[in-house]
Amino acid sequence: MSAGTPPLSGPPKPQAKALNCPKCGAAIVLRSFGQAETVVCASCHCILDAKDPNLAILQQFEIKTSDVRPLIPLGTRGKLRGTDYEVIGFERRSTQVDGITYCWHEYVLFNPYKGICYLTEYNGHWNDISICKVLPTVDHNMFGGSSLTANYLGESYKHFQTADAGTDFVLGEFPWQVRVGEKAAVTDYVHPPRVLSSEKLDKEVIWSIGEYMYGREIWEAFKLPGVPPEAMGVYENQPSPVATNVAGMWAAFAAFAVLLLALIAGFDMRAKKEPVLHQTFHWERAKVANETSFVTDVFELKGRPSTVEVKTWAPVSNEWIYLNYALINQDTGQAWDFGREVSYYSGYDSDGSWSEGSRNDSVVIPSVPSGHYYFRIEPEVDPAVPAIAYSVEVTRDVPVFGFYGIAFLALLAPAIITSFRAYTFERSRWSESDHPPMQLSSSSGDDE
Amino acid sequence: MTQPVANCPNCGAKIVFRWSSTVQTVCEFCKSILVRTDVDLKKVGQVADLPPDSSPIQINTEGKYGNKAFVVVGRILYEYDQGGWNEWHVMMNDGTSAWLADAQSEYALSLSSKAQNLPAPTQVHVGQQFTWNNQPYTVTVITPAHYRGVEGELPFQYWDKTNVTFVDLRTESTKFATLDYSDPEPALYLGEFVQFEDLKLKNLRSFEGW
Repeated sequence: MSAGTPPLSGPPKPQAKALNCPKCGAAIVLRSFGQAETVVCASCHCILDAKDPNLAILQQFEIKTSDVRPLIPLGTRGKLRGTDYEVIGFERRSTQVDGITYCWHEYVLFNPYKGICYLTEYNGHWNDISICKVLPTVDHNMFGGSSLTANYLGESYKHFQTADAGTDFVLGEFPWQVRVGEKAAVTDYVHPPRVLSSEKLDKEVIWSIGEYMYGREIWEAFKLPGVPPEAMGVYENQPSPVATNVAGMWAAFAAFAVLLLALIAGFDMRAKKEPVLHQTFHWERAKVANETSFVTDVFELKGRPSTVEVKTWAPVSNEWIYLNYALINQDTGQAWDFGREVSYYSGYDSDGSWSEGSRNDSVVIPSVPSGHYYFRIEPEVDPAVPAIAYSVEVTRDVPVFGFYGIAFLALLAPAIITSFRAYTFERSRWSESDHPPMQLSSSSGDDE
Repeated sequence: MTQPVANCPNCGAKIVFRWSSTVQTVCEFCKSILVRTDVDLKKVGQVADLPPDSSPIQINTEGKYGNKAFVVVGRILYEYDQGGWNEWHVMMNDGTSAWLADAQSEYALSLSSKAQNLPAPTQVHVGQQFTWNNQPYTVTVITPAHYRGVEGELPFQYWDKTNVTFVDLRTESTKFATLDYSDPEPALYLGEFVQFEDLKLKNLRSFEGW
């Protein structure tokens, strides 16, 4: 970053300071031009007073594992939010929940003009963190207990977790008096992709605001070799990968549904629903020995080719009747053959009353051209029925809504699937919080 | 506007005042602390070398606050038990002056307020609320600090002061207030936190390697 025109006079340019560890003599570089309070020797793990020209030893700590290594090496520079930052410090912190230790890593980033900010990493999930300049407010619940929401810059954050965080390992420079073993009560409030955290120390409470970052963004920003470690599970403020806005999707669905209803209403109003035939037929087993089929009166279909609805009604009760229909154009001889069954069964069983079927049947024949028509009907009747009267009602130009039903489902399905995916994502997010969703079995040890 | 010019009573170097209301300044060459009287400049002390610091701001740094341009003309360096910070005395292009605080790259701009009936230091405690200009402020921290050094032009005499108590008051927005108990009569400053980018600073210091 450019520092503008250099001044004509004034103090010399600040430079990164090269010093030696007073304990082991290893080289120590102070990169933050005096902003660091403490610096940690990488070879003997002494915590040194960065403000002291002699680097007085403040603490020495033992490392239990030798493989605590920052994923971004100290001294690496990268661009975040358009600003160059240099990694000057690294610490590992941990918390214990139900006897399990969870560790995460924090990186101290420095720019001489913009100051200090932080990156955190937990199981491949990253956050870009800065200290809050405006004090958040916390709403207490009615019992005066733990605070459930916090407000920051006009946005509301939900309480996620409160835990004691300890510092186990430190490296490089820190703008505060860092010590291994120091504990702070950390409370996280989330509003994905942001997280608002308070760290309660002895004397003060420090608020910070973080924004979720993907490993690949970090790798790109710092030009790191290889690939970032894969993110495991769902992190507290990880943005949901589900289609940006579920509520918006439902709003769109509702709009489409209204449009469909309007179309249906429109077509329904436009349809003429013209009755063309209504006849009742008497069937008696004794009289149908030879001629099983008969024809109806001739009726006329006028106007453009249109739908023809054939409704059959028969007063069946635990019986059936089957009608073989042929709609025949008297002028051209063109015929439409189809069969309809009318059956109705009902009764009582251990579950109570039941019924199946209906005394009414309806079928729609599409695109029948105008002309003179009649039906040939050949009934087949349940052997148990000696005689029955059934009626046939024919209507021209009826609206057909089946397509709209399919369209409705086609719109509904993605909205439901998306909502479900959003729901399961939020569920796995909150299962890690102090407020897990209900009905979750306590054997959640496999989802860490 | 012609800038008032005088000579350092100690070394004779030319002293240019950028701000007409300056009460105290420091000679750039001999580091004498000079106080303006009706007739001339009087040497009242000598500035010890300021410790090296990491502020990107320096005397002559220019910037913008809202629609006003400003130039940095002076500085007070304070220290407290957690470190130090700078209060840069800035002159606005409308002739008024303000303070640009720089605490580890956190920037804030404040102006002296004429509010009356300010609380005595013994009356203030953390969590207490005050209202000035219809804005409620909450006391967040009370910091004992001391003067580590001065540079350039200042609107008051600050050459013989040592200890000072500051009361920081915050709001739910970027606005804040500071009660300054340097003098027997408390002083109130009202200001707001500002983004480095928004100040559009020029003539900044340069840092090796950046």
